[in-house]
Formats: sequence, structure tokens, C-alpha cells
Amino acid sequence: MYTEKVLDHFSHPRNMGEMQDANGVGMVGNAKCGDIMQMFLKISDEGVIEDVSFKTFGCGAAIATSSMATELIKGKKVEEALKLSNSAVVEALEGLPPQKIHCSVLAEEAVKAAVEDYYKRRGEPVPEGTERKHAGH
Amino acid sequence: MKRIYLDNAATTALSPKVLEAMMPYLTEIYGNASSPHWFGQEARRGVEAAREKLAGALGADPSEIVFTGGGTESDNAALFGAVEKYKKKGNHVITTNVEHHAILHACEALEKKGYAVTCLPVDEYGLVTPEQVAAAITDKTILASVMFANNEVGTVMPIPEIAKVCHEKGVLLHTDAVQAVGHIPINVKEMGIDMLSLSAHKFHGPKGVGALYLKKGIRLPSHIVGGEQEKGRRAGTENVAGIVGLGAAIELAVAHMRENAARMSALRDRLIEGILGTIPEVKLNGHPTKRLPNNVNVSIKYIEGESILLMLDMNGIAASSGSACTSGSLDPSHVLLALGLPHEVAHGSVRLTLGDDTTDEDVDYVLKILPEVAKKLRFMSPLWKGAVE
Repeated sequence: MYTEKVLDHFSHPRNMGEMQDANGVGMVGNAKCGDIMQMFLKISDEGVIEDVSFKTFGCGAAIATSSMATELIKGKKVEEALKLSNSAVVEALEGLPPQKIHCSVLAEEAVKAAVEDYYKRRGEPVPEGTERKHAGH
Repeated sequence: MKRIYLDNAATTALSPKVLEAMMPYLTEIYGNASSPHWFGQEARRGVEAAREKLAGALGADPSEIVFTGGGTESDNAALFGAVEKYKKKGNHVITTNVEHHAILHACEALEKKGYAVTCLPVDEYGLVTPEQVAAAITDKTILASVMFANNEVGTVMPIPEIAKVCHEKGVLLHTDAVQAVGHIPINVKEMGIDMLSLSAHKFHGPKGVGALYLKKGIRLPSHIVGGEQEKGRRAGTENVAGIVGLGAAIELAVAHMRENAARMSALRDRLIEGILGTIPEVKLNGHPTKRLPNNVNVSIKYIEGESILLMLDMNGIAASSGSACTSGSLDPSHVLLALGLPHEVAHGSVRLTLGDDTTDEDVDYVLKILPEVAKKLRFMSPLWKGAVE
């Protein structure tokens, strides 16, 4: 049911773990639904995502999409990270079963939630693009 | 890599001896069991010998056995048939909230047709009491359908006691015994069972064949109409090889039941104790003692079932889970929720169901791998705040 790529990211997740010096942290989903994603960002003064990590409670697809999302935004400018779409995550994973597409949406939302947190911490207006498709999953 | 099959509640391997018994009926004995000629009569003898074996295993009379296409068909036939047959008596059916979907969805279909269904809640172990059944019976109740043993958590219901209260009030008792037949002793006469469903592939028989026990005197309208097969109780040319396989499988299962159950219970208990002893914050689902000899079901908190299964699978262990992600719906298993588990704990369930071929070494291997899997997934989980070594 899963592609090789999904299984690879599931069994060897990239950028997994908590980040102590993150300056933007977002958490989306809920335990009742069976998936929670937490995204940690370290954004430089120039607005570049210098480091990113995640922690996820969820199925194989939830873990793989979180892992892939971190790879896709690492080293990018915040504005670019905000453009990360769930379909880009699915594509990078070479596909997901239809019932698992919501995991990729959650990954997109986790990135946006972390960016939103970054701006809020700085007391700056939150740029457009952080709105989530469906709040709280 | 070592491969260990611990999903015997889903299906079992066909026994080589069963296949051997079936082979002639897949090859030279190809006659239609309804044909009067020699070819047909040879097939007929195979069907009737299987019927006698199954009847003997259940303490029934061969005339009380109707062969079907499996457990779901038997369940549907019993429910739909009984309400149709006894509609003059009333419109009420009693069941439990942990039944297999073959019963629950049939009950939902009955409700849509205007029947009243009482779905009794189970306790934290998955049990209903005879008192609950008695209290639910009205003068309109046609039948109660209570499973013999639960497919997910393995809890064994007090069927003889439930049968007693049903009969005191003139209500029929059907039991879905798909997980129990061939695994634990069942005697329909001694236990007072009126209707019972079973499926061959749960006890090392072939898929696509099952049976419905109908106590003498219970004459249901055929749920499949056509020819006069099964004495007009189930139309359609008999699945001769499948039926012969069912007969061979039940004969083997009953012959080795005592030793298999003793061996598997010991492995089951070692597995449960090992898991509870090595992984912190784990809950055993189902009853500690009133459970099938081959069933282990635990919830590993703070992680999710499908990822546990994937990781077990990568290590060669085939298991099952009641998480939403494996059920294909948004909610975790209705059985685990019926036991009162919070959603997030139900999501972390793992079911390991042992087979005749499960060894001590297999249990050792699971007890080595599962704690590693739990540790690895908890390390990834934002919910896990415990120590990570």
C-alpha cells in the first residue's frame, strides 16, 4: 500500500526529534483522531530556515509526510516554506493511498503553524499563507 | 528474515492434511452432489461425511447443519431468517455492541426495515451479563444474538447462562462462534444454543465455506433462493471440496483442541506478561482469564497502531490493530471503544493471535522486537514524555 519512499521515510525519518533552540514551534492534529504533528523551526534573522525537526504521533504516512516536509523546507526562505503544499509532499513521496492524503495536509499545516508561531514570538504580523485548510484537523 | 504469522484471528493457514482431504474433490470427484448418478453420489458422500463430522464436533444432529459460504453469510441468514420467520411474535432483536460487523450491520439493516434493536453495552472486559440480556427481553423479542468469543479482544461470553435466560422467556439465542469453534469446547445441546455461525478458515480449513447450526424445529426461509440444496435451507450447488475441507479441519481441531489450547494459553500468558513487564504504560485489552487461548491484545500508549504494525512487519512479524488507520475509517475499532478505551489508547492497540505452529522462540522474538518498536515510535511521539534511553 505504501511506496518505497514512504517506507524509507517511515523507517529512517529525517530531522526527527525535539529542538531546544527552536524559534518557531507548531503542533497540529489531535490524539483522538490518531495523529499529531509537532514541527520545530530555527529561522535566521535573514528569514532562512536554518534547521527544522519534527515529532509525530501517528500512522506510517503521518511519520513519512512529516519527515518529507522537513526535507522540503530545510534551507528555504520562510516565504517559500509557506508555499509548501500537501500535494508537493505527496509527490515527493511518490504517492500516498487516498485515505492517507489527510496526513500530507497535516504536514503542510504543521509547517504553517510553526511559521505562525515564529512571527508571533517576534511580535510581527503573521504573513498571508499561514491560514490552515481545516483548523485542528 | 524470520517470518512469524500472528494474525490467526484474521485467517489461519490451510492445514496440509485438510488440503489432502480436499484434493480428490478438486480433481476426480467433480460430480454435482445433487446428481443421482455415481459421480454425483460420490460427491454427496463427501458432503454428508463432513456434515456428520461437524455435527459430532458441536454435539448436534447432522440434520441441524446447513453449509454456507462463510461466517458472514451464516450470521446474516440467522438474523434475517429468524425475524422473517417469527415476525408474528414481534419485532425486537437483542445484541451487543462488540459484535462483528456481520451482525452489527445486519442489525442496522433490520432497524432500517422498522425492527427494534437493543444493543447491550459490555463492561470494561467485553462481557455482557445474563441479567442484562434478561432485562432487555420484551414480549416482542424474537431473538438475542451474542457472540461466543470476541474477534478483537478474545473475551469469551457466558453463553450457557445467556441461553438459559433467553429460554426462560421464550427467546431464541443465536451465537456468532466464528472465533470459538475449533478453539474452545462447544456443545450446542448442553449450552442451549439455538443457532450458531462458524467459518472453516478460522480453524485451518479453506476460505469461503462455513455453516449455520439450526436447532431442530427452527425452520428459516432460505436466504438464497434457487434449488433445493441443503434441504431447501440454502440454495446453490454445494462447495463440495470446501465442505469436505471444513469437515477435515473440524475433526483435526477437535482431536487436538485440548493440547493446542493448553500450549497456546501458556504462550499467550507468557506474551502478555512479557509485554506488560517490559514496556511501560501498556494496557491489556479484554478479560484477563475469560479469553481465547490464542488472543493477545494490548494498547501501547502514546503511539499509533498502524505504525506499530508496519514496524513489526519490517521485522517479519504479522499482527493486527484496531486503530482507525487500519480500519479505513476515522474511528478506531468499535470493540475497543465499547470497552471504554479513550480514542487515543484504542489507536495504539496491537492484536497478536497465535496459531498451532507458534513456538516458544516466536514468543521470545516478539518479546525482543515489540519493546524496541515501542521505544522507537515513542521516541518520535510528541505525546511521550517518559524516559527515552
